[in-house]
Amino acid sequence: MDILLAVIVGLLYSLAIYMVLQKELVKVIIGILILGHASNLFIFVVARLTRGAPALVPEGLDFVPEPFADPLPQALILTAIVIGFGIQAFAIVLLQRVYKLTGATEVDTLDATDRIESTG
Amino acid sequence: MNSDILLITLITPLLTAILSLFFWQTIRYQRIVFLSGAMIYLIAAAGLMAEVWAHGYVVLQAGNWPAPFGISLVADLLSTGMILLTAVLTAMAALYATGSIKSRIVSNIYHPALHFLVFGLTGAFLTGDVFNLYVWFEIMLVSSFVLLTLGGSRSQLEGSLKYVAINVVSSSIFLAGVGVLYGLTGSLNMAALAVKLPLVENQSMVTLASVFFLVSFGIKAAVFPLFFWLPASYHTPPIAISSLIVGMLTKVGIYTLIRFFTLLFTTDISFTHTILLIISGLTMVVGVLGAAAQIDFRKILSFHIVSQIGYMLMGLAIYTPLAIAGAIFFIMHNILVKTNLFLISGLVKETHDSYALKKLGGVYHHFPLLAFLFAVSAFSLTGVPPLSGFWGKFLLAVGGLQAEQYIIVGISLFVSILTLFSMTKIWGEVFWKKRPENTLLKIPNQMALIKRRWLMLLPVVLMTILILVIGFYAEPFIEYSMRAAEQVMDKDTYIKAVFAE
Repeated sequence: MDILLAVIVGLLYSLAIYMVLQKELVKVIIGILILGHASNLFIFVVARLTRGAPALVPEGLDFVPEPFADPLPQALILTAIVIGFGIQAFAIVLLQRVYKLTGATEVDTLDATDRIESTG
Repeated sequence: MNSDILLITLITPLLTAILSLFFWQTIRYQRIVFLSGAMIYLIAAAGLMAEVWAHGYVVLQAGNWPAPFGISLVADLLSTGMILLTAVLTAMAALYATGSIKSRIVSNIYHPALHFLVFGLTGAFLTGDVFNLYVWFEIMLVSSFVLLTLGGSRSQLEGSLKYVAINVVSSSIFLAGVGVLYGLTGSLNMAALAVKLPLVENQSMVTLASVFFLVSFGIKAAVFPLFFWLPASYHTPPIAISSLIVGMLTKVGIYTLIRFFTLLFTTDISFTHTILLIISGLTMVVGVLGAAAQIDFRKILSFHIVSQIGYMLMGLAIYTPLAIAGAIFFIMHNILVKTNLFLISGLVKETHDSYALKKLGGVYHHFPLLAFLFAVSAFSLTGVPPLSGFWGKFLLAVGGLQAEQYIIVGISLFVSILTLFSMTKIWGEVFWKKRPENTLLKIPNQMALIKRRWLMLLPVVLMTILILVIGFYAEPFIEYSMRAAEQVMDKDTYIKAVFAE
């Protein structure tokens, strides 16, 4: 299971980096989305996997017997997913605004702020 | 030890932001809330500083969960100093914006967004937990996204798209670093990490984690070669909106770098801090060369931010108390000077309606006061004694010479000359040369400027006074930097302070 997930994380990262390096803005945004998922899954894997052992205190005991799945990384990932969702929503709306205002769909056409000339 | 003041400092900007959302429709009330919120925050930050100065550390365990299980909020001298500077800048930005923002929609969104940004900044400075730091960063980023796009001009949206994209990538890298740290130690509390990281068997994994954080914070701090988003986005929004972003956001990156590379990643100094040293030299040189090529007032200043980041990094890379004290002093001085220069460029825009060097001119002739204010800040940025920049560079140079890092000291002094060159370029083009024939002045003369724009002029004058005070009366500020640097280098008291609560 660990190895399978590790391979998936690697694939996601390579896919994300490939997409982020594309010219088309939509693909860049998709790349960013996948990058977020890759990081979340990465946390899940490096924090060690324990299958079928939720961190619940059984009846009659006042502690959780080892081994149990660590709930903290799951809480971290949940937080990261929610934050990532908000930011990705913002990024998509921003992309749509940029398209409406400039008609640009490719990164190459968005070089006005990088040129050596005045914008104000 | 009184930790209430820490909580007040953290909560004030949040409450102010929420309250100004309630007054969505009425700018007048919003402004009153905004200004009074900024003042309360300033007072609370000063109170926190007094407390920290007396006791060394102020620690608050959120929800009374003892460390390392809960989230610790830790105020030491460095973080409190940064908060105090944020408070000063917020007050100044509040005054400046009150004088300059006319559009109702912009004003409606600006007031809450700025205080959410301050909230994020305060949290990032105070937190003692790595994942919590990530959350504060995101609060900060979302508010800065809103501020940068506010107004929605073409160049603004274009610049923000680049800013958003690179920052989301940076956040993902940060998250991956958090994962590695948790996998290695099973803890995310910084004090607990500081104890556990040196005991980790596989030290190469610790170095790997440090590189994740180096890249992530490097993007946020705009170091070479990760700085290209900064000159592409910082110059696009109106000055009133961007003043706090310009002053603080890159410095948060530097602050976290100092925090992580003095507290957590100190086991492999020969590797990490050598990388930092090389990066700092390249950042200085490339930034200042970029500035030399530009022909726009704000773009020159934007590239200078990059160049100055190199100096701060240099102090951290040399890694002696004196050099880090130099870096801390330099951060303080630079936040004030840089913001002041940006505010002055905004005032020049008010009078000449342009940022392009070729359309500007004659400011010295028409508005000698502006020219004087600019000259003080520009000379200070370059490091002409006895202004504030000199002391920062002096401490860094002495620290570097004592650590026998002659090359980086040489580079830093050489870059100072180039900085002087681009400041004289602005001076010659904007202030000294005759006003171009076909341009009109929106404000005819100095008296009219003072009368009509006094609210925008006031913060610039106040900050210039502050810069002069830091320059001519540097002793207490240097003493603060030395104490803060020694405290930052002293891991054990940090750990004790967090666990004692």
